[in-house]
Amino acid sequence: MDKQEGSDVSAVPIEDPWHDTAVPRQREPGAAEIYLEVQRSPAFQEVRRRYRRFVFPAALAFLLWYLAYVVAATAAPGFMARPVAGAVNVAMVAGLGQFLTTFLLTWAYARHARLRRDRAALELRWDTQEMTRGVAQR
Amino acid sequence: MTGDHQTLALVLFSVFIAVTLGITTWVSRNRHGSAEEFYAGGRLFSPLENGFAIAGDYMSAASFLGISGLIALYGYDGMLYSVGFLVAWLVVLLLVAELVRNCGRFTLADVVAARMAERPVRIAAGTSSVAVSVLYLVAQMVGAGSLVALLLGGTSEAARSWTVIGVGALMVIYVSLGGMRATTWIQIVKAVLLMAGTITLTVLVLLRFHGDVNSLLSAAADRSGHGRDFLAPGLRYGGDWTSRLDFISLGIALVLGTAGLPHILSRFYTVPTARAARRSVVWSIGLIGSFYLMTIVLGFGAAALIGPAEVRASNASGNTAIPLLALDLGGGAGSTGGTVLFAVVAAVAFATILAVVAGITLASSASVAHDLYSSLRRRHAKRQYSEVTVARLAAAGIGAAAIGLGLLARDLNVAFLVGLAFAVAASANLPVLLYSLFWRKFTTRGAVWSVYGGLVPAVLLVLLSPVVSGSPESLFPGVDFHVFPLQNPGVISIPLGFLAGWIGAVTSAEPPDAARHAETEVRALTGAGAA
Repeated sequence: MDKQEGSDVSAVPIEDPWHDTAVPRQREPGAAEIYLEVQRSPAFQEVRRRYRRFVFPAALAFLLWYLAYVVAATAAPGFMARPVAGAVNVAMVAGLGQFLTTFLLTWAYARHARLRRDRAALELRWDTQEMTRGVAQR
Repeated sequence: MTGDHQTLALVLFSVFIAVTLGITTWVSRNRHGSAEEFYAGGRLFSPLENGFAIAGDYMSAASFLGISGLIALYGYDGMLYSVGFLVAWLVVLLLVAELVRNCGRFTLADVVAARMAERPVRIAAGTSSVAVSVLYLVAQMVGAGSLVALLLGGTSEAARSWTVIGVGALMVIYVSLGGMRATTWIQIVKAVLLMAGTITLTVLVLLRFHGDVNSLLSAAADRSGHGRDFLAPGLRYGGDWTSRLDFISLGIALVLGTAGLPHILSRFYTVPTARAARRSVVWSIGLIGSFYLMTIVLGFGAAALIGPAEVRASNASGNTAIPLLALDLGGGAGSTGGTVLFAVVAAVAFATILAVVAGITLASSASVAHDLYSSLRRRHAKRQYSEVTVARLAAAGIGAAAIGLGLLARDLNVAFLVGLAFAVAASANLPVLLYSLFWRKFTTRGAVWSVYGGLVPAVLLVLLSPVVSGSPESLFPGVDFHVFPLQNPGVISIPLGFLAGWIGAVTSAEPPDAARHAETEVRALTGAGAA
């Protein structure tokens, strides 16, 4: 009787009512290994590499560009006041340039993520969830 | 200001309140009372809706009235704010939005606690989130009070106090009854109104100059009395090196602070996936960027059409530049067009304050209920209140505290409160967030140290700065204990936050948990297991 119940539980996938609700993080044994395994997998390493290769240089570049802009505005107002065309001076061009680079970088990032990362990330998501679901039912 | 303006503005504002209260009741019809619903609106918003809501959450009255007023008074130096407020969104887009959506449930602390010992991390991150929110909230409440005095001519103390109380009461109703769903819709409505109003005014300004930006700038420079200097940096922040360093400090805090603001972070949980979070940030960058571009046109337009002298005569800090400009564009005082435009601007400004205040209240009540209450509640005590009930009560408590502080602080300059909120967010919240997401060897001690290591210096430096004592404009002009020369602590406290987190992590005895780091990293980049 006991034996039969036990085998039933393991054979039939039971809808776990707690799975989707706010259970505090009580990881099933084995989930840790799965995440470590996924993290080490070449597919995940590739997604992470693509993300970081784009994001880290881009973040550094725009932070430096913004810092240069702010420091130039406070430390070199004479240079910034130099006229370019009509009433437009270097400071105006630099300020509008900040707007332009923000829009451009936003577009470039969205495009990069859509074309180079989204599909691979989605596949990894399904794989990982399949693997952890198996663990949760064991 | 004549009676016509006031009546029409009050009517429009009442219509807005009626519509938003209608939304609040409508969205709370089929309420289940789940935490998912209260904090995250059921995670069912589309990227477009959430993009408008983010923009509505972010574009405060300080941006709408304050920045264009600064441009009208000081020319180019005001524009530096517009740039900083926009560029900050790149930090959010590139480093924060998607990863936070994947790793957390409702608050900043969720992301950090996924890798660390839950209790100390939640208490630390919850405390700093509440601190940032309350600072920001008080600034908005005080702004609401002075706005009424400025726009409706009700300069009496009583009118300002009642405005603060009224705004506080309304936001408690929105948040505790409607939760995130109502708050989001209020922000969407407000963002549409604000964009429509700004576009109308901008088009009218450009039409006045026949679409010639060059002649607009020249007219602004001529009218300002500074000539070409008006179009170059230096009028406001060009003094001694202390004031220049102060400005650099503010600029850094503006750019790094946005990504640590609790009410911005909580907006990413209202969409179903990380991809939707990214697309909503792209929408909001488009909206916020075009909005700030238009405030530049409006600021220089006010300088050219009204003149800095007249703007300053109406309000010393320039907050009434846009209302005055609206009056002029509509055909001048006494004309129907002028009256209507002025009333529209006043009503939009009120709507702005209500929407922003509701967003912050919701985020801070989430921090109180989800982080602080759940951590401080005794472990094995029988749970008496559900988390959502606590969050509703917390919204009322925070509303009451904000009303009280807003009344106490009503005579103070509030610009530094906003700056301080950004500085605290950048010093205490951003380092712990970035370390948790990107640093393999980060530990619990590092997390706790980086929060307090940024929070405590930021607050201490402000207490020891000329903002609080030692100058005629400070909080306590009578005494002098200021030892720190800058008004903006960011340039010191942000590096301290990062440094404290690093020292805490490398000195901690507990080794970093490789498995939980793997889980965070995999979840962050793939969305596996995301709520």
